[in-house]
Amino acid sequence: MKLEELRFGTELLKRGFASMQKGGVIMDVVNAEQAKIAEEAGAVAVMSLERVPSDIRKAGGVARMADPEKVTEIIEAVSIPVMGKVRIGHFVEAQVLEVLGVDMIDESEVLTPADEQYHIDKKQFKVPFVCGARNLGEALRRVNEGAAMIRTKGEAGTGNVVEAVRHMRTIMGEIRMLRGLDKQEMADYAREIEAPAELVIECAERGRLPVVNFSAGGIATPSDAALMMQLGADGVFVGSGIFKSNNPELMAKGIVEAVNHFDDPQVIAKVSTGLGDAMPGLDVHKLREDEVLQTRGR
Amino acid sequence: MDANIGVLALQGNVSEHIDAFLLALERTRHGSASEVFEVRSPADLADCTVLAIPGGESTTISRLIDKNGLYEPIRQFRGGIFATCAGMVLMATEVADPRIHPLGLMDMTVDRNAFGRQKESFEADLPIASLEGGPFHAIFIRAPVVTRAGSRVTTLARLEQGIVAVEQGKNIALSFHPELGDDTRFHEMFLKKNGI
Repeated sequence: MKLEELRFGTELLKRGFASMQKGGVIMDVVNAEQAKIAEEAGAVAVMSLERVPSDIRKAGGVARMADPEKVTEIIEAVSIPVMGKVRIGHFVEAQVLEVLGVDMIDESEVLTPADEQYHIDKKQFKVPFVCGARNLGEALRRVNEGAAMIRTKGEAGTGNVVEAVRHMRTIMGEIRMLRGLDKQEMADYAREIEAPAELVIECAERGRLPVVNFSAGGIATPSDAALMMQLGADGVFVGSGIFKSNNPELMAKGIVEAVNHFDDPQVIAKVSTGLGDAMPGLDVHKLREDEVLQTRGR
Repeated sequence: MDANIGVLALQGNVSEHIDAFLLALERTRHGSASEVFEVRSPADLADCTVLAIPGGESTTISRLIDKNGLYEPIRQFRGGIFATCAGMVLMATEVADPRIHPLGLMDMTVDRNAFGRQKESFEADLPIASLEGGPFHAIFIRAPVVTRAGSRVTTLARLEQGIVAVEQGKNIALSFHPELGDDTRFHEMFLKKNGI
């Protein structure tokens, strides 16, 4: 078969890649050693970062894409897919990560936004993107821009699952509500949430988002992960929750098993036993306005 | 024949396979009372006539097969197995990667991520001699290939990089994802091969 007969970077390939991650745990890692621990524990992919979100909070200043050397080090260390984060709207950081060979790009509110008006035009890329969302409007605007996966934002680096729950309940609830509307009402609702009407109708027909929907931002224990799965997540991202815990290897394995058996409390009890301390948590209500990450990128 | 069609539901593209089997059953109008369900435990597997091992992350699925006590039960399983992408990796006798614990059910060597990373993933119209109705539109996502097929393994399709579709006895293994899209000819071929 000749190369010109092959098609690369299509919407189907992007969404297909995202779909392969279902039922899995994607873990934040900052070096090759952590990446190997994540892979060994059963992660479906790793997110390569300069710092995990809780350290980004502590460091302050401008948070940017990781050093390419670090991303390459992680890519070479593992056989599972490697993802990377870029600043909202920073399409050149995205071009760099695509060249380096990352398998999916997270246009992430955890980093300092580069553009407060526009997100990246993700359809221009061969590599698939995941984007954060707090509600159906944000999710569908990102899908319309070309995101192949949505993750509810939660509040990254807090070890507090409350915002992740709020965002997942919001999106799932909005989709359930759509099913009671007729086409005209749906078009009206689409205007209200500033989303394309055809995507709103697609959600209503399928009873779910047009792309897979993971949970992120505050998952710190196996029970947290299973909670998000029971609320309807297709899988979970765990950021600081693993490598800021007392025993990252056990925590990573426990969270993988809890996602696999999310509806079996006996298994969750077993894998939660003897894990040591989870990461220290933050009260999201005590964050200053400028410390809240989820409001970035509407 | 009515049958119990199990889809291994540890991680990956599970619901798409379930939908594809339901569509295949509807189209062939065979086994209309067949059931398609998720397999998570040895007890679920015991109820199956045939099994599908879906795409996903092969290292993750391999680890969860071991962890859930499914390794020996799948090896002893009497029905046919339909394996796609990560499933193909797991069916092999040999995988050049210590992170995988292959089931050894098909006499072949499989190379993971043989085409490269996600940006090298592709779609192609694949001519398949044993399939009526023209080429099959195949979706390859970080796909594996068969680098050695034993004497009992029949090649159904190949690309420059290696063999991408094989059968052995009641089993079929594919590098690509017939469950993405609505062409159910491979699902139908598998059901027919297993008398469903």
